[in-house]
Amino acid sequence: MTVPMAALGRLKRLALTSMCCLLLAGCATVADNSMQPSADSLQLRQLQTRKIEGIDETTLLAACVGVLQDLGFNIDESEARLGVIVASKKRSAVEPGHVASDALADAMLDAAFEALFDALFGDDGDDDDWDEDEVEDVVYDVTQEIRASVVTRPALDSSGQPRADAQVIRITIQRLVWNSEGEVSHSESIQDPETYQKFFDRLSKSIFLELQAN
Amino acid sequence: MRSRYPWLVTLIATVLFGCALSTDQVMQADQSAVQLRSYQERAFDTSDKEQTLRSVIATLQDLHFVLDKADLDLGIVSATKLSGYQLRVTVTVRPRGSTQMLVRINAQRGEVAVEDPKPYQDFFTALEKAMFLTAHEVD
Repeated sequence: MTVPMAALGRLKRLALTSMCCLLLAGCATVADNSMQPSADSLQLRQLQTRKIEGIDETTLLAACVGVLQDLGFNIDESEARLGVIVASKKRSAVEPGHVASDALADAMLDAAFEALFDALFGDDGDDDDWDEDEVEDVVYDVTQEIRASVVTRPALDSSGQPRADAQVIRITIQRLVWNSEGEVSHSESIQDPETYQKFFDRLSKSIFLELQAN
Repeated sequence: MRSRYPWLVTLIATVLFGCALSTDQVMQADQSAVQLRSYQERAFDTSDKEQTLRSVIATLQDLHFVLDKADLDLGIVSATKLSGYQLRVTVTVRPRGSTQMLVRINAQRGEVAVEDPKPYQDFFTALEKAMFLTAHEVD
């Protein structure tokens, strides 16, 4: 028998080498790009930003608080000297119709499988096709927290000096959604142009009222 | 070769790993403070605290963050980014001598402290652009 020790040694080395490679490869993580501007950063900035003429920073901030209250937000934090307002609201995330139709679709799918199973392997006498338990198993979105931060800064004049009578405002909005099992099902920043447009439409009206009040 | 004392191995393993309490996390830092600061901290050649904080806030908004907190007196800004993950950062701004501001950022992603230098480098690259100033490493 000449299954030589050398061959056995080579096999062992090979096994060891491949194991090391697997370990190393397993440890290599994907590059963390969470702090890098994304491709749509510029477009998003335009959606979220407006320049507003004929108003000072404090009056603009007050007008923003008014709009946020109109929209049902509560103010969590503010630092007027930095032009910062933080607001949030908790709301239902249940989309009318979604839950019922999802549950129905699930139950129908189960029933179809049951029927197919019965046809192939004979009726097992277990006719729980429309069992209520199965309907309850469907996981759906229940509640969401929407958070917004409004930031203002004085606009700059042609020589780069801050102006007292023109401001730049930017709002960023995000939401967290929890499902019926209490898990976070979505965590995202809102990128829908319409949402931001609506905010700024309301803001123009609020500014008008605010300036009249002063 | 198999251990002749499997129960002993189990016992030792239990002693080594089983006793770590989750409260130990409170004072837990996975890296030395010096090393952490080396990539969490940069100095900028400006004495304007307010403008530095405003630039930090603008940079965070650019990176899709929503603010949690801001305090001019203490020079603190906290913010959260949601993008399938939850990334929470705190940025502090304080004077260094009379000509520089020291900016430090720390981050946690979900339940884990961010200790990879890259996201911090990316943040300071973005902040440099917002401030029109160079970020100096602090020694």
